[in-house]
Amino acid sequence: MASMEKLYLYPLWLRIWHGVNALGIVVLIVSGISMQYPSTKFTMLDFGTAVNMHNIAGVIVSFSFLLFFLGNMFTKNRKFYRIKPKGLRKRLVKQAKYYIHGMFNDSEAPFPISEKRKFNPLQKYSYVAVMYFFVPVIIITGIALLFPELIIEEIYAVSGVMITAVLHGTVGFLIFIFLLIHLYVASLGKPPLKNFKSIINGWH
Amino acid sequence: MFSQIRKLVIIFILGFVCLQVQSQTIASENRQCLKCHTSQTFTIYNEWTELNEKRLMNPFYILDTVQLKTGVHHTFKCIDCHSYEYETYPHNGELKLEPLMTCIDCHGGDDTYASFQFDRIEEEFQKSIHYEISEDRFTCSKCHNQHYYKATARSSNSIKEIVEYSNNMCLSCHNSMIEYQLMSENTNPQLVQVHEWLPNQELHFEHVRCIECHTVVEDSLMVSHNIHGKTLATKNCIECHSTNSLLQSSLYKYQNISSRSGEGAIKNILSNQHYVIGTYQTQSLQYMFLIILIGTIAGMVVHTIFRIIKK
Repeated sequence: MASMEKLYLYPLWLRIWHGVNALGIVVLIVSGISMQYPSTKFTMLDFGTAVNMHNIAGVIVSFSFLLFFLGNMFTKNRKFYRIKPKGLRKRLVKQAKYYIHGMFNDSEAPFPISEKRKFNPLQKYSYVAVMYFFVPVIIITGIALLFPELIIEEIYAVSGVMITAVLHGTVGFLIFIFLLIHLYVASLGKPPLKNFKSIINGWH
Repeated sequence: MFSQIRKLVIIFILGFVCLQVQSQTIASENRQCLKCHTSQTFTIYNEWTELNEKRLMNPFYILDTVQLKTGVHHTFKCIDCHSYEYETYPHNGELKLEPLMTCIDCHGGDDTYASFQFDRIEEEFQKSIHYEISEDRFTCSKCHNQHYYKATARSSNSIKEIVEYSNNMCLSCHNSMIEYQLMSENTNPQLVQVHEWLPNQELHFEHVRCIECHTVVEDSLMVSHNIHGKTLATKNCIECHSTNSLLQSSLYKYQNISSRSGEGAIKNILSNQHYVIGTYQTQSLQYMFLIILIGTIAGMVVHTIFRIIKK
């Protein structure tokens, strides 16, 4: 019976993809912060090392995103990301209410995980925003900063590189915030480490 | 009535054109010199053959009049710096050995040019590797071509132009075997290989002056002249890539000063035409990031507390 309750939700390829992405993004955040806030007094990473790490991790995460993008285009996995506008707000509010007080009153999760529904609405739409908006923006601006000769030199007397870099940094920061929330929400499992174990062994 | 207006307009235009021409003309006394010294060839009477012979001009003695016109010394007569005996043609060969005027001969101790601090520059230069190796053989003109020199760091609004102009001074010797060996017995260094360690080398070469890493930055001097030997060159990225950047006090010095003294610091920020990783922080954006980060962490802490209480 116990095995019936468990769902094999995350196949090996997905776990490897997730792991590579996770590691790459952590490296990008740490090296990105080191480059944005360098100091002569305190350094997390040597500047040159941070630049190299950021470039390498950026390329790896970009290819990983390409896999995700193509995979979602051509495989059934895309159904988990399909936007359904009808009743969207209602579903989001319902899930938010569950996080705010429902879960403290032992209410049932409004959108329990099943084989057909891997993500609750809040999860799904935050993933959609990150993967289809933030990540593409950060990849495009990142490629531009890797090859600055591609960037328009000046846009209304403001450096094109500066606009690109500010956009890159801002989106990077928002992805960092997403990561914090993603990790926190992952800890809501019962027991708290349950979801972390799932993404390693595949069983939910 | 109309004819009067037309006359006035013509006089105005002519006056304007004359002013423009006057501000960029070369002293008329120089025409005789430039007749030969802008030409690939010159004609000389050979007393041996008793014939007028056409010879090739030494390419180093051919002047570019366009650059000459825009140089700071464009109003000078040739013989202000060169011997008046050059007015005789053919020139006396011995004149070549006569020491030329140096910058300090005119500019040293001169209050008219006090803001240029020529004497300080001389002091700083005497601490440099150039002076250490070549002493007085290394004259200002090795870098600052008196015929064409423009005070670009003071006059240009474009960082890229300032960088290119400044780096070309270094490259005129360090990237030229002929010029380099005028001062040294060695061959000139292979700059691309020597700077291989520098990430995005091409970008740095285009946007940063050589002197940014190869001099000791003096806050009281517009352009540092104490050029170090290669072993003392800055190799620490953070010195430029930080909010307290070395670049702010050297390359951006003039722009910073003019923005502080002139109208509108805001305009200067809005028209920021350069970006260096690590030096540029948008204050308002930083505050927003901080508020979002604190908000997120606070939300998670409060949520965790409720989770513990309601367990």
